[in-house]
Amino acid sequence: MAVCIAVIAKENYPLYIRSVPTQNELKFHYTVHTSLDVVEEKISAVGKSLGDQRELYLGLLYPTEDYKMFRKLHNSFTDVMCNPFHNPGDTIQSKAFDGIVSGMMVQTG
Amino acid sequence: MAGSQWELPPELCCRPMAFVALTGLDVVYNAVHRAIWDAFCANRRADRVPISFKVLPGDHEYPKCRTKRTSYEWYIPKGILKTGWMNKHLNLVPALVVLFYELDWDDPQWKEKQSECATKVEIVRTSLQGRNTKVAVVLIQKKTPLPPGEDLVASERASSLCNACDLSGKSLFVLPHTDHLVGYIIRLENAFYEHAQTYYYTEIRRVKSHKEFLNKTTHQLLFVRHQFKIAFFSELKQDTQNALKYYRTAYSLVHELRAHETNMLEIKTMAGFINYKICRLCFQHNTPLDAIAQFRKHIDLCKKKIGSAELAFEHAAWMSKQFQSFGELFDEAIKLGLTAIQTQNPGFYYQQAACYSQERKQLAQQLCQAGASYPSPDPLDTQSGGLDFYGQRPWRQGHQSIDPPDAEKEKTGILALQIKERDVPHSVTLLVVRTSTGCFHTCRLSCFSKISDICVCYTIRLLDYVMCDYRTERWWGLLTAILTTALRCAYLMASVKDYIIYCMELLGRGKQTRLSVTHHLSTSGRIDESSLFDFNEVPDAEPECDPSSVSAARSLWNDRVALSGSNEFTIEVQDYIPFIQCKAKFFSPSFHVDQPIQLQVFLRADCPHPVTLNKLAVSLSNQEYNQWCVVESSGQESMSLIPGKTKCYNFSFVAKTEDVGKKIEVSVSVMLGSDRGRCVFLSWRGAGGDAASNHEALQASRSSRRWGRGMETRPELDWDNLIMQHSTMIISRVPKISVQLSHQPPALNNEMYCISLTVQSQEEGVAKEVKLTAGLKPGQDANLGQTTHVTLDGSKVCDDTAPALLPDVPLGDLKPGEKLERCVYVRCVSTGPRVFLFHVAYSIDTTVEGRQIVCKCHKDETATIETVVPFEVSVKFVSTKFEPLDRVAVDIPFLLMTDILSSSPWPLVLASSSLQLLTMTSNTPQLQSQLQEVVLQTGECASECFCLRCPPLTSSNNTVATGQYLISWRSADSPLIQTTVTLPHVILESVPLYIHADLPSFGRVRESLPVRYHIENRTALVQEVEMAVEPSDAFMFSGLKQVRLRILPGSEQQMLYNYYPLMAGYQTLPQLNISLPRCPTTNTHTLRRFLPQRIFVKPQGRQLDDASIAAA
Repeated sequence: MAVCIAVIAKENYPLYIRSVPTQNELKFHYTVHTSLDVVEEKISAVGKSLGDQRELYLGLLYPTEDYKMFRKLHNSFTDVMCNPFHNPGDTIQSKAFDGIVSGMMVQTG
Repeated sequence: MAGSQWELPPELCCRPMAFVALTGLDVVYNAVHRAIWDAFCANRRADRVPISFKVLPGDHEYPKCRTKRTSYEWYIPKGILKTGWMNKHLNLVPALVVLFYELDWDDPQWKEKQSECATKVEIVRTSLQGRNTKVAVVLIQKKTPLPPGEDLVASERASSLCNACDLSGKSLFVLPHTDHLVGYIIRLENAFYEHAQTYYYTEIRRVKSHKEFLNKTTHQLLFVRHQFKIAFFSELKQDTQNALKYYRTAYSLVHELRAHETNMLEIKTMAGFINYKICRLCFQHNTPLDAIAQFRKHIDLCKKKIGSAELAFEHAAWMSKQFQSFGELFDEAIKLGLTAIQTQNPGFYYQQAACYSQERKQLAQQLCQAGASYPSPDPLDTQSGGLDFYGQRPWRQGHQSIDPPDAEKEKTGILALQIKERDVPHSVTLLVVRTSTGCFHTCRLSCFSKISDICVCYTIRLLDYVMCDYRTERWWGLLTAILTTALRCAYLMASVKDYIIYCMELLGRGKQTRLSVTHHLSTSGRIDESSLFDFNEVPDAEPECDPSSVSAARSLWNDRVALSGSNEFTIEVQDYIPFIQCKAKFFSPSFHVDQPIQLQVFLRADCPHPVTLNKLAVSLSNQEYNQWCVVESSGQESMSLIPGKTKCYNFSFVAKTEDVGKKIEVSVSVMLGSDRGRCVFLSWRGAGGDAASNHEALQASRSSRRWGRGMETRPELDWDNLIMQHSTMIISRVPKISVQLSHQPPALNNEMYCISLTVQSQEEGVAKEVKLTAGLKPGQDANLGQTTHVTLDGSKVCDDTAPALLPDVPLGDLKPGEKLERCVYVRCVSTGPRVFLFHVAYSIDTTVEGRQIVCKCHKDETATIETVVPFEVSVKFVSTKFEPLDRVAVDIPFLLMTDILSSSPWPLVLASSSLQLLTMTSNTPQLQSQLQEVVLQTGECASECFCLRCPPLTSSNNTVATGQYLISWRSADSPLIQTTVTLPHVILESVPLYIHADLPSFGRVRESLPVRYHIENRTALVQEVEMAVEPSDAFMFSGLKQVRLRILPGSEQQMLYNYYPLMAGYQTLPQLNISLPRCPTTNTHTLRRFLPQRIFVKPQGRQLDDASIAAA
C-alpha cells in the first residue's frame, strides 16, 4: 500500500499531495519532487518512440508502485477533471478523490 | 583524528604504479646525475610507462622480509589487511632496484671499477634479502657507444661485468649522457617496466601458492587478504582486467566472513575498500553501469550491518563516506568524458551522503551523553600510534573472537569513541558534502532541507538557488521548509536583508497553508507584522539553533544594528512572494491631456495580522508626477492593511503638455518601518506582481471565463479579477473644430486641381495659431512625392519646385464659431490614386482641475483623389492620297494627322495647338491652329492635319525624330495647361525616280482634260525610262503612247497628255506603265503610288433650254 500519493500538474507543481504518516510529510515531498526528474526523463523517452503514446503509465519510478493502483488513481483523477466546477490547474479538493487515496494508503490503525 | 577516520587511505585511492628505486645517483651535487633524474621524473605524460621512481642511497635499508612460512597449520590470522601493506608495496618495496654507475668501456681502471660496482650490487642484494626484487645496473658513459657487435672490448667487458655482479645480460644497461638523453631514458624505463612486470607476476604467483595451505575454518581472513593482494599486484602490473576479477572475488569473500559485533567494522572497512577499487576500475574500463550495479549491491549488503548499537553513528558515517566516495568517482569519470543522465548522476550519491551525515549527527546527539568525562588511560591509544589492521578497535587489536576479550575495556573504548564523536564538527562535514552538491543543479536536490548551525555565506546563496526552483514550481511545502532553514541561516549570519526577505516570504501566501509556521513566527513575538521592520533591536534567536552560535549571532546583530548606515532596504518583489500583494491600474489605457490621469493602487495583505504601512509611493516614468502619488501615514490615520481585505488608493494628476504622445509607466513601492529607524521598501516593478502572481492570474482567468457572468454581480472587489494596467498613453486634447473638404474628383493629369477647405471652430475660446498642413499624406509610394505638387496659388500652373506637402501654413486665429476657407491646388503629374492629408493644428487655453494649461489640438482630414488623363492623342502618317505610310519618302510631301480624344468627365477647352518640328519642314505655311477654341465633350475627338516634307538627310541614319505636338488646354476656369506630346519617329526612304502629275480636280465628259506628268531623276546616274499608256474605255487620249527617254541626273522631264473623258462618274485614269531598265527595283507599281488613280468626270453640261424647262 502506498504511503504517499501525489498528483502533479504538467508545470511540475503539485495538484494534490497526501501522505501517511504525517510526521514524515516533508521527506515525502522531497522524494516526490526529486522523482520528477525521473518522470521527465521517461516522458522524453516516450516522446522519441511514437509507438505507444496512449500508454499513460510510465512504469516504475522506484520499484515500489503498483500498476493497478495507478489505474484506480488515474480514473479518479479523470473524474475530478470531468467535474464542471473544477478549474484545471487548481489544487484538487475532492471528497471522492480523497476517499480513493485514503483507500490506497497504508492503514495506520 | 576522528574526522579523518572515515577517509579512504590515500594509498587506496591512488593509481598503483610499479615502484622502481634508483640508486647510485647523486642528484644534489652531480649535474649529470641530476639531468638523468630530471629526465626520469619530469614531464611524465600519459604515453610514458606508469612507473613511480624514487632515488634512494645505495645502502638503503628496504623493509625486512619476514621468513617464509612453510605451513599455515597453527597460524591464526589477526586481521584482514595490515594498514601498512599497500603503502609498503607502493612506496617501500621496489619491483626493481637500478644501480647507476659511471664507467666507460675503456676506463683505465676497469678492474677496480668493476669490483667496486660488484660490491655495490652486493650491498643492494643483501638489503633486499628474501625479496624477489630485481637488480639492474646502468653504466653512465661519456662516449657514444658503437653499434652492437662492433666494439669487441665492450662486449667482452660487459660479459665480465655481468659475471662479477652476477647479473643477466638483460639487466645491464648503458646510458651515454649525450644529446639524446631523454630518448635513452625512455628506452631504459621501458626495459625497467618489463622487469617490474615480471616481478609483480612472480609476486602474484607467490601469493597464489599460499592458497593450498589454507583451510576454510581458520583462514577465512586470509582468503580475503590474498585475493586483495593478488588484485593489488595485478593493478601494479597494470593488468586492470584481472585486478577487477580478483577484487570481485575478494569482495564476495569478505561477505562470506562470519560477521559479529566485534569485527563488523573491519568487514565493512575492507568491503568499502574493495568496493571502491571495483567501482574505480569499472569507471576506468568505461563500464559505469557495472560500477553502479556494484555500488548498489554493496549498499544493499552493508546497509543493515550497523554493528554495535552504541556506535550506530559510525555506521552512518561509514555509509555517508561510501556514497561520497562513489559520488567522487562518478564525478571524476564525468570530468573525463562520461555523460551522466538525470536519473544517474553524482548528485544523487552526494545527496545520500548528506542524508547519512545528517543521520550520523542525529545518532551522535542521541548516543553521546554530554556529562561523561574522557576515560584515562586513553583506550584509543596504541603503542605504534596507529592500527595494525584496517578497521579494528585500538583497544583489542588482532582479536578475532566473537565476544570482546575485556568487557570493561570495551565500555571505556566505546565511551571514548562517543566523546570523540561529540566533538566532531558535523556541520562542517555536511557542508563539504553540500557544496559539492551545488554543482549538480540539474537534478532536484533535497538535501538542503536540513542545514546545520554553522553557516557560511554561500549556503544562503545555494539555498536561494534551490528556493527559486521550488518557488517557480510552486512546491509550497518544500519552500516553507527551506525558508525556515534559510531564515535560521540569515539569523545566524546577521544578514539583515536576507532575514527580512525570508520573514516576508514566510508570512506571504507562498506558504502551504502551514499555519503552524506563521503561527510559530507570530507567537514567538518576533514577527508582529507591523513592527517587523521597525527593528532597532536584535531579533530573538530562531529555534533549533545551537546556543553557542546564537550568542555569536547576537553579537553580530548588535554590530549590525549599531551601524548607522544601511538603514534602508529595497526588495524587488518579483523574485519573491511577499505578504503584501499589489496591483496598480490606470483607469484607461490612454488619457487626453486635458483630463486628469487617474490611477488606482490596490494592496492586500496575506499575513495573519494587520500590517501598518508607512508610505505608499508610486513612481512613474516621468519623475515629476511622483509627488502627486504618495500616501504617507500621518499621526491619526495609519495605513493599515487588514488581512484578506483589499485596500484601494486613488491618485489623480494632470499630465504635462510635453508628455503628449508619451507612455507613462508605473511602479509601486511600499515603505514599511519608519524613517527614523530602519525601513524596508517593497518595490513592484510594473504594476505589481510577484513570483506567484502570474500563475494565479492565469487560474483566475480560467475560472472567470467559465463563471464570468456570475462574477459581474459580485458586490465586493474581487482581487483575482483586478486587471493591472501598468501604463497609459497621454494623447492630445480632442479638437473642437470641423474641417470639411470639397472638391470634384477625379483630378486631371497636370491640372491645377482645386480642393477647398472649410474650417469652422466650435471651441469656446479663441483657437490660436491655426496652422494648416496640406498635401500628400506621408508614407505612400515615394514616386508620388516627385509627381505631386501642392500650392495655394491657383492663378497659374505651378512648376516642379512646388512641394508635395505644404507644412504649417499659418491661418491666423479663429474666434468661436468663426469659419475659414482656403483653397489648395494640387497638380498631379502622374495618374493613379493619392491620399491627401489636411492637418489643422491650433492651440487653446484650457483649465484642468484649476490649472491653466495650453493644449495643442489638431484635426486631420484625408481625401483620396484619383487622377486620370484628360485626353489621349494619337498620331499617324499618311500619304497625300491618305494612304497610311510605314515609311516616308525623302523630299516628297506627306500628311501628319493627329487625333485628340477626350476622356475627361468635364468639357475640355482646347486653346491652341502647334507642331515643333525637328528635321521636317512644313509643306504649307503655318496657319492658325485648326483646333483653336474647340470644346471637346467626353468621348469627342478633335483631329488636325499637317502637310510635311522631309528634306534629304546628310546622315546615313534612316530614322528621324519628328518633333513635338503642343496642346494648350484647360478645363472650366482653370489656367491654361500646355501638354506636350512627342511625335513618333519615322523611317525614311529615298526614291530614285519621282513622278507626279498635274491634272485638274475634275473632268467633264467630252471635254479635253490635259494631264502633265513630271518625271524627276533623283539619282546621280542618267536614267533611261520606258513609258507607255494603256488604253482605257473611259478615255480617249492624245500624246505619246509609248516612248523611251533619257533623263539626266537631277533633271526633270515633262510629258503632256490630253485625256478625253467618255463617261461620267469616278473613272480610272489610263494606266501609265513605266520601267527603268537601269534600276530594276523601281517598277510601275512602286511609282504608281505617286500618281492619282481616278478622277471625277462630270456629265456633259446641258445647254439651258428654256423650252424644255417650260415643258417640265
